[in-house]
Amino acid sequence: MKTISAAIVRSRLVELITDCLIKPDKAVTEVLRNLSDAPAATVAAKLIAQNNDIAASERIYACQDTGQAVFFVKLGDEISCKGLHNAIVEATREAYAAARKSVADPLTRENTHDNTPPIIETELVSGDALEISFLAKGAGSENMTKLYMLTPADGKAGIIRSVVEAVENGGRNACPPLVVGVGIGGVSETACRLSKLALLRPLGERNARADVAELERELLEKVNALNIGVAALGGKTTALAVNMEVAPTHIGMLPVAVNLQCHSLRHGTVKF
Amino acid sequence: MEDFIRLDIPAKAADIRKLKVGTFVKVYGTVYTARDQAHKRLAEAIRSGAPLPFDLNGAAIYYCGPTPAPKGKVIGSCGPTTSGRMDAYTPLLIENGLSVMIGKGVRSAEVETSIKAHGALYLTAIGGAAALYSSKVKTCELVAYPDLGCEAVYRLTVEDFPAVVSIV
Repeated sequence: MKTISAAIVRSRLVELITDCLIKPDKAVTEVLRNLSDAPAATVAAKLIAQNNDIAASERIYACQDTGQAVFFVKLGDEISCKGLHNAIVEATREAYAAARKSVADPLTRENTHDNTPPIIETELVSGDALEISFLAKGAGSENMTKLYMLTPADGKAGIIRSVVEAVENGGRNACPPLVVGVGIGGVSETACRLSKLALLRPLGERNARADVAELERELLEKVNALNIGVAALGGKTTALAVNMEVAPTHIGMLPVAVNLQCHSLRHGTVKF
Repeated sequence: MEDFIRLDIPAKAADIRKLKVGTFVKVYGTVYTARDQAHKRLAEAIRSGAPLPFDLNGAAIYYCGPTPAPKGKVIGSCGPTTSGRMDAYTPLLIENGLSVMIGKGVRSAEVETSIKAHGALYLTAIGGAAALYSSKVKTCELVAYPDLGCEAVYRLTVEDFPAVVSIV
C-alpha cells in the first residue's frame, strides 16, 4: 500500500481550485483572442479574451458563477489516504471562501453558505495512483445538459441528431463558444459521467479511437453550422471542440449524454 | 472593432425605439440586479399589492448575482446570468413599468411579445465576461433582500458597459 497524506491533498487542491477560478483554460483564451469570425462574434471574442486577461492580472474570478465544485477522483486500489473525502470537502470550503455562495437546498433553496458539498465522482482503478481532477460547473451551461436513451436502431444517425439538437436548443444559453462533451454507452449515469469527463480533455486533442475521432470531427462541423456563434451573436464558432467518450453498453441500449461547457472552462488535474 | 452606441439609463422611449437588433451599445446609468429568488419576491409583492423595494417604472434590471467585493473594490465579478429563468415573471414586471433587461441567452415568445408591446428593451451582455463587467461598475448599494446573499437586489451605477440589442 502507498500512503498519501490527506493534508497534502487538501493543500494542493486549494491551490488548484483557486487558480482555476481565476484562470480559465488558456487555450480557449488564445483561440478567442485571435478569432476572425462574423463582426459581432469577433468583438465578443475579444471582450472575453480581455475579460480573462483582467481576471488573471487582478486575480479576480473570471466568471461570477464559480459553479458547483465537481471532482473526478481516480483512486488506485493500492492507495491509503486516510481522510481523503474530508480533504476534498475542506479544500472546497477553503478555496471557495471568497467566492459567491452558489449551492443551495434543491427544495427550500436555503443556501449552504460555504459552497459545499462538492460533487465527488470516484473511479476505482488498479494500482497505486491517485489523480484528482477539478471542474467548476456553472448553472448556465449545466442546465442545458441532455440525456437521450436511444435504441441500438437509432445508431450513429441518432447520436448525431441528438448532439446537434442539444446544442441547437441549449447552446445560446450556455455561454458559447462551447466545448461539447458527449458520453455514449454504459447505463444512464455512465453516459452523463463520461460527457462531463470529456470536458477535461486538452483542447484540440481527439479521441484515440479513429471512429470516435471521426464522429467528433463530423459533429464539430455540424454544430458550427448552426450559426449560434460566440456569445450567441452568430458566426461559425459555436463550439471549439466536441469531445466524446465511449463505454460498452447493454445490447438493448444506446445512452447518449450531452454536456455543454461554457467558454469559461475552469479545470485542472493533480496527481499524487 | 464595431461601433458602440451610447445608451443612457433610464432610457427615453424615443431612444429605445431607435435601436436595432444586433447593435452594440455601451450602457451608462443605474441598473438593479435581480435574479431567480428576487424575481419571485418582486412578483409576489406586485400580486399582493405590497410596496416594491425600488421604483420599477422605467427601471433597468440586470440579471446578475455578483461574487462578493474583494477588498478595495466596488463589486466582485458580475457577469450576466441566463435570462430565460426569469421569463415566468418578466411580463408581469414589464406591465408594472420595467423598461430595460440585461442578461444572456434567449427569451420566451411571451416575453418577446411583452417587450415589443410595451416599448421595452432586452440587451444581452457577454456571458462569462464577469471580470470585465466588474470594471464597469462604479457604485454598488444594497437595496433589498439581504438574506438572499448574492441574489439580493443591488443598485449599480455602470459606465461603458458593453451589451447587444437583442429584443426591441
